[in-house]
Amino acid sequence: MAFAAPKETFSGKVFEVIIGTDKTAVFGGENVLSFHAFEGNVPHRPVIAYEVQDIVPDDWPETVKKVYDSVSGDPVTWAKYCQDTLNAKAIALRLLSTHPDRENRSPEDAAKTVKDVLAAINVPLIILGSNHAEKDSSVLVAVSEAAKDKNCIIGKAQEGNYKTIAAAAMANNHKLIAMSELDINLSKQLNILITQMGFDKEKLITDPMCSALGYGLEYTYSVMERIRLAALTQNDATMQPPMLADVGMYVWKIKETQASDAELPLWGSLAERGITWEAVTAASLLMSGAELLIMRHPEAVKAVEKFIDELM
Amino acid sequence: MALTGVEIFKLLPKTNCKKCGHPTCLAFAMKLAQRQASLDACPDVSEEAKRILGEASAPPIRPITLGAGDKAVKMGEETVLFRHEKKFVNPCAFAVEVKDSMSDDEINKVVDEVLNSEIDRVGQKLRIDAIFVSNASNDAGKFESVVKGIASKAPAVPLIISTNNPAAAEAALKNIADKKPLLYGADESNAEAMANVAKAYKASLGVTARGLDALSALTEKIKGLGVEDIVLDSGARSAKEMLEANTFIRRAAIKKNFKALGYPVITFVQRDDKMLESLVATLGVTKYSSIVVLSSIEKWKNLALFTLRQNIYTDPQVPMQVEQKIYKIGEPTPESPLTITTNFSLTYFIVSGEIENSKVPCRLAVMDCEGLSVLTAWAAGKFTASKIAQFIQESGIENEIKHKELIIPGYVAILSGAIEDKLPGWKVTVGPREANGLPAFLRSKV
Repeated sequence: MAFAAPKETFSGKVFEVIIGTDKTAVFGGENVLSFHAFEGNVPHRPVIAYEVQDIVPDDWPETVKKVYDSVSGDPVTWAKYCQDTLNAKAIALRLLSTHPDRENRSPEDAAKTVKDVLAAINVPLIILGSNHAEKDSSVLVAVSEAAKDKNCIIGKAQEGNYKTIAAAAMANNHKLIAMSELDINLSKQLNILITQMGFDKEKLITDPMCSALGYGLEYTYSVMERIRLAALTQNDATMQPPMLADVGMYVWKIKETQASDAELPLWGSLAERGITWEAVTAASLLMSGAELLIMRHPEAVKAVEKFIDELM
Repeated sequence: MALTGVEIFKLLPKTNCKKCGHPTCLAFAMKLAQRQASLDACPDVSEEAKRILGEASAPPIRPITLGAGDKAVKMGEETVLFRHEKKFVNPCAFAVEVKDSMSDDEINKVVDEVLNSEIDRVGQKLRIDAIFVSNASNDAGKFESVVKGIASKAPAVPLIISTNNPAAAEAALKNIADKKPLLYGADESNAEAMANVAKAYKASLGVTARGLDALSALTEKIKGLGVEDIVLDSGARSAKEMLEANTFIRRAAIKKNFKALGYPVITFVQRDDKMLESLVATLGVTKYSSIVVLSSIEKWKNLALFTLRQNIYTDPQVPMQVEQKIYKIGEPTPESPLTITTNFSLTYFIVSGEIENSKVPCRLAVMDCEGLSVLTAWAAGKFTASKIAQFIQESGIENEIKHKELIIPGYVAILSGAIEDKLPGWKVTVGPREANGLPAFLRSKV
């Protein structure tokens, strides 16, 4: 029996998203599963953004914190370091200082930080709140305005706060991350609610919620695969935005990235273990459909870029 | 491809004799289609029907066992392309390459690493499953002695014998014929001789060809020579080629019932850059490899790959559970807070992660609720006041801590009074509803 390559083509396609104004970045646009260029069109590589915070990352494990020791006191210096020294294709600025349990800084303060960072870099900027639903709705409105027309990604809009955030992103010409918690139906519903406000579905990025390797990764993995299959096989426009994996923040808080070699000799060298953990988490979510990644450790980013080189 | 009930019905005697225990032949056919009945129950079925049904009911990817005894690894038998459809069946095996040109010390070091690679994670024992011995020296005698040495040092570890020289294969296999090894290296030039060696020593046979066309022709030929336990190497070495070949092989086997590619796949991911090697191995684990051959097995790399394999091969329909016990997070003192939740793994991971975020050392009591989340377990009567009280009493925690305060999830606030009634002397405090409220809550407690 002769072999015939069982190629599959689909009616649906992932929306292509362009971010930034000076140096831009583009992701999405494929009409096949991840890296399946052998049977369709994969026009862009996934984009990896470096995470920067507006607060000294005291709670990051040493392996990754020390990389930024000389720059992490100031988000502008930190962002420039990522762009100029690490060749970041995009920066993800997390406004953690605005969280009521952290420094509870005001939306105006956050807006100033965003303006300063934007003035210092020319790569695209992703602006993230502190994941405090209520506070984010005021912070993300203020920063959307501060970044008007800079074609940023604003995030994350969730069920409890999407209205104000989506309205602000829309009014100021930004893309928007819609995040729900590990459930394809919730994800679809949130995308529908946001588009019903008049937000352009082609400016959305779906975040089905990340999980670290060993800490629920399989849930994120399968939700992503299901979303992508719905986008391609059912041509479901509410499932066609590209997907985000916010990898760094989930990986660099678990035991595997913190416990010393002495404490757990069976786990091997801590430095390599932490970096591998971030890289393997990212690589598996690339396989399940993520096009935009937010990561922390430069060595992990480098490894994932090499992996993408081999896949493209 | 599985036959439908109606297709099966056409092959049955259509006598409605009821001897199979079903009222009609059609009802029996429907049960057969759902794999809830066996054809043996029908006394009158023709040999022809048996043959057709037997072929159709064979798994689309042939089951093959690598090695013998406790550490044998089952491969193949997969039925789907995506893990949310149905559980991936047999977790891929990790093998490390040993070249017979390496020094004895180097070889012993790797074998020791394999023997000491076992790690316990969430109740499962995970390890490097096999050793891939390659005949890099091209010397049959050398190959034989190295294989013999490894087999005596690590008698239980499954072996993959890699050579394209039938004489070297025979030299290596004759000492380990009882171990069900995999002989890798049959190609178009040596197929017949290699098939004969594999048959003689009851080894399964790894076959390689450039391209899936050539590979399918080769597996047909080898099957014709009497070897049925085959493992495929598509020749793909870059991540891009691997994804394409593995996807086509899995689809051809499962969706087209293409028998010539219905075998487990071996994938080679060796790289100088060990971090990149881990990521190409990630591709193998997520995308359909049954054996992943590594160049080295550092502990940090093993832990990440074992964990990934465990994640990808869990049953999506059965909630992952963590062991019932009182977990220490940080370094809790007898005064540190005590919280409780259920043993659904995702619940545990999220709750323990938030407690870690809080930087407040804590004890987290995880109660066996058959893997249900807090609200579901409460609704199902598994997370109730009396069961919580019993768990706390039997855990012996009262001897470890100086206070008697239990923090319960906000969603089950309603249980607080009843727990206090059943746990005399205890104070029950209602914590936040969502785990992300824990850091603020815990910091306010200390």
